[in-house]
Amino acid sequence: MTGQLPVLQVLLPLLGAPLCALLRSRVAAWLLFLLAALGSFGCAVLLAQRVATAGTQRYSVGGWTAPVGIEFVIDDFNTPVLLLVSLIATVVAVFSRRSLAAEVAAKRVPLVYACLCLVLAGMLGIAVTGDAFNAFVFLEIMSLASYALIAMGRRRRALLAAFRYLVVGSVGAVFVLIGIGLAYAVTGTLNMADLAQRLGGLHGNRALYAAVVFVFIGLAVKMAVFPLHAWLPDAYAQAPSAVSVLLSATATKVAIYALLRFAFTVFSATLVFGVMPIGRIGALLAVLAMLIGSAVACFQTDLKYLLAWSSIAQIGYIVAGISLATTAGVSAAYLHVINHAVTKAALFAAAGLLVLRLGSTRLDDLAGFGRRMPWTFAAVVVAGLGLVGVPPTAGFVSKWALATALLERGQWPVLAAMLVGSLLALVYVGRIVEVGWFREPSLVTVMNRPPVSMVAAIWFLVLLSVYFGLDPTLPSSLADAAAAALLSDGGE
Amino acid sequence: MIGSHYVYWLTFALMMIGLYVVISHGNLIKKLIGLSLFQVAVFLFYISLGKVDGGTAPIITEGTQTYSHPLPHVLILTAIVVGVATLAVGLALVVRLFESYGSLEEDEILRRDTTDRDGVAS
Repeated sequence: MTGQLPVLQVLLPLLGAPLCALLRSRVAAWLLFLLAALGSFGCAVLLAQRVATAGTQRYSVGGWTAPVGIEFVIDDFNTPVLLLVSLIATVVAVFSRRSLAAEVAAKRVPLVYACLCLVLAGMLGIAVTGDAFNAFVFLEIMSLASYALIAMGRRRRALLAAFRYLVVGSVGAVFVLIGIGLAYAVTGTLNMADLAQRLGGLHGNRALYAAVVFVFIGLAVKMAVFPLHAWLPDAYAQAPSAVSVLLSATATKVAIYALLRFAFTVFSATLVFGVMPIGRIGALLAVLAMLIGSAVACFQTDLKYLLAWSSIAQIGYIVAGISLATTAGVSAAYLHVINHAVTKAALFAAAGLLVLRLGSTRLDDLAGFGRRMPWTFAAVVVAGLGLVGVPPTAGFVSKWALATALLERGQWPVLAAMLVGSLLALVYVGRIVEVGWFREPSLVTVMNRPPVSMVAAIWFLVLLSVYFGLDPTLPSSLADAAAAALLSDGGE
Repeated sequence: MIGSHYVYWLTFALMMIGLYVVISHGNLIKKLIGLSLFQVAVFLFYISLGKVDGGTAPIITEGTQTYSHPLPHVLILTAIVVGVATLAVGLALVVRLFESYGSLEEDEILRRDTTDRDGVAS
């Protein structure tokens, strides 16, 4: 039974999806998604324990051994992603019941849960697979389900956001497919470990360079790295709140995981960061993302758009860590992936509660909400300080780690951009505080009681981010182990 | 080089035509047509990878020694399904966009959106 865990955690949500769509009952669909997410989280915890004690776990799907068959590989590098994705999905499941009931037409709710199950299956699939083509298939499962989810938003602009994301996202996914095809053309294998072995002797092959570029550009679209970020603000801001929470916390992070997997274990760090100038390009794009993302966030008039632009800036911090290609840099990037996922999920969840109680996230409509809803306001402020990187929060820990890693390599310009970005973060978080606390409450609102499930989900995420700030041993040890695993078998 | 690799030149030319259509056209249906063209070009690229000189279809028959490589063909079956699903979701979105905005032109949709930012999806 425990031997089947790697495939079980992907299968649970994958089987949940058609059941949700067939049952047509809101409660049953919600329960199925909750159980699938909880089951995946349970599998992830058990797998993490087994990896810690017994090392890398390999599972041959259908009994066909690699490199012929598809292989699932669980190691120190993907266990944090599995834990993060399934934990956030569980929290979203708790959060979503009341939130979706308020924001989505009743007859569509079971279909939303079916798509949520598919997104979860796709993300976990990308994380566990050891086969390059299989990674593309899971990437498309995740993406197609997320286009449908974004289109479920209340306003008609959500449809346009979903369509634009579909066009850009599909082009990105096809770029990944071309890259994998080129890598297959030069090696004749699709298994990641096998690819890594055969590509080692092929440096200098132009088809291989093209493969690296295609895969990286394709994944950069999914990650929303700076010049390819245009789909993100509309998509996150217009999606139903529960969907924003899940996608903002995990979708781009899984793409980052896939990028790291391809960069370090498939193509090897020597090729990507030594022979090709990906590191320098990454650092430049990271600086632009930090500065422009944060600056644009300062001028937004809607809380969800503000948070989405801040996500683009935060992706910049993560890319900066990756572009160093050192153990410290990758570890800091990984730590920021975990911390930012928790922090941003808390903020989008709080925005969801505001949608439910005030019917809007426009900053003008939020005037004085802090005086009427002090607890929600407190959650926003604590998580917002995490975005800035103020000491007792998780954001401080990962930014500190990133700053140390940058100093180690003498990357002063990137460090300076990071500081400016953090100051700008203080400005946009300050705007929320100014609007929420210092402005007179202007409108008469129906103050219905907040649902316990949503408040519990928000405070769980907020307290988790504070806990990771006070006692960062758990995320740090996961990130360090991941970086060590990544740089030991991929490069040097 | 062009002589021996002309198939790749053709498939990549087709890809770029598809990508150009996606970028240059404002009509949502035309964008999807471009996207489909782009995807199909990649399918052709994979299929041409599997061609072995003098090989026949990969079905075991008497008197044949050389077969084309079947793996890229199988991979592309999966990718075709993904492409069909993408097109289906895209067209479904276009239908709902048309119902909500009454237009298929991106410029027109954006113009109508700025006049009524809180328009509800129909």
